[in-house]
Amino acid sequence: MAKTRYAPDRGLTARMGLTMFLMGLVFVAFIIILVYVLSAFGVGSGAIVFFAVALGLAMTIGSFFYSDKIALSAARAVEVGPQDGPQAAKLHGIVDRLCALADMPKPRVAMARSPMPNAFATGRNANKAVLCVTTSLMDGRLDDDELEGVIAHEMSHVAHKDVAVMTIASFLGIIAGLLVRFAFYGELFGGGGGRGGNNNNNGGGAIVMLVMLGVGIVVYAVSFLLIRLLSRYRELAADRAGALLTGQPSKLASALTKVSGDIARIPQKDLRQAAPLNAFFFAPALQGTGARIANLFSTHPSLERRLQQLSEISAQLSR
Amino acid sequence: MGFLDTILGRTKPVQPLLDDLFQLPTAAITLQAAMGLVPTGTGSVCFRAAEGRAFSDIEKDVRELLGMGEDAAPVELSRDSYGYTWLVSKQSPDKFEALVTDLHAVNSSLVDGGFGPQLLCTLVSLADDAGHRVGIVYLYKRGTFYPFAPMPGERRDSALELQVRGAVGADLKIEPDLGRWFPVWGAPGL
Repeated sequence: MAKTRYAPDRGLTARMGLTMFLMGLVFVAFIIILVYVLSAFGVGSGAIVFFAVALGLAMTIGSFFYSDKIALSAARAVEVGPQDGPQAAKLHGIVDRLCALADMPKPRVAMARSPMPNAFATGRNANKAVLCVTTSLMDGRLDDDELEGVIAHEMSHVAHKDVAVMTIASFLGIIAGLLVRFAFYGELFGGGGGRGGNNNNNGGGAIVMLVMLGVGIVVYAVSFLLIRLLSRYRELAADRAGALLTGQPSKLASALTKVSGDIARIPQKDLRQAAPLNAFFFAPALQGTGARIANLFSTHPSLERRLQQLSEISAQLSR
Repeated sequence: MGFLDTILGRTKPVQPLLDDLFQLPTAAITLQAAMGLVPTGTGSVCFRAAEGRAFSDIEKDVRELLGMGEDAAPVELSRDSYGYTWLVSKQSPDKFEALVTDLHAVNSSLVDGGFGPQLLCTLVSLADDAGHRVGIVYLYKRGTFYPFAPMPGERRDSALELQVRGAVGADLKIEPDLGRWFPVWGAPGL
């Protein structure tokens, strides 16, 4: 029996599983509290909850099914074929080989004109996936192996179905956020959302709104942190799978140092433009400086953490 | 990939399928009879070298292994522009089976060393009297074959490729998904 050099990272798997479990727990607790509050104070606010859940569901499903189109148009990317110039040909060549190596269907390939060297992958499943790189990623500041490392990282996102996982994970946050907003406006306009049915209980309606506002804010904050945590774990998992796919963890590491270094020097205007796509980018376009607190809110793990993992993989491969 | 792997963000590196390679000699006879395509005697194994000492040691062993024995054929190592390594073995055209055995020895060494997932493809080249050249590419991860006929200017002779597919369909497991017939431009021996 041949030995395997590709040991799974059980620690990472366990942490990711725990994060998802906590998300589910928060979600269940959220529902239970809502049901409890509503039944305790009469169902006057039921309409608001129903509306928030329905709208949240619609937004989630929308972003799930149109993730590729939304992301591509936000990045102003165009799909390219293998014949569309030397850069596109090279990109297709790299993607072709990685697909053969990983035994996965070939994603569509797109390029976006941008001064930021970056890449992202989107699409709800492997057959709908689009891989997009910015033109400045291909202008020669990364050597070919480093470029391949970046693309292998993005293909791992496709293989892990990260768009689907993150969209579903964001569902809770979206609902909580909507509920906070509705409850806030409901409070503002004094109706408590209750028309007809609970007119005999106006004071109760106001309390329900306040409680919902409070619960919504807490749930939103917690789920926001959990989503960010999950996103960081997914990035580490993609780094890991990408490095093992090419067998060149150090090349991915050097690409990361180059790309992260460049991003710090990008003018503000482009940074703001790139913000909505942050969770899908290879390296975040917006980066908090240094502090641990900033790491807590970040969609990507710190450069040090990523480099550390890659050097561990490198040691594993040379054993 | 299973549901749990998706949830937990895991991918297991795909292990190669090796034994189907021995379907090649029969297919070569069929191709010669049907289309006049004869093996040129050149075959190559393409893999993505992993960094580190362990892999370079195995690479060295493989070269030494192929350089020994009665049927010893010259072995060349070349690196393409995508960073992949091609180990090219040149046998005389009539010793096609020895060539396939050589190629298989490379696979086994890499797999035994734990680097099976690094294998990309194997390619044997054939040519006819009119100067047409076709490579039969074996995809390790799928265990399937497909023909690749390059023309000058990075274009493919799709008609010839489809003709080859028709001829050897019974001998080889041909990759059914045309989207996976990925081109290997600049492959040595073509």
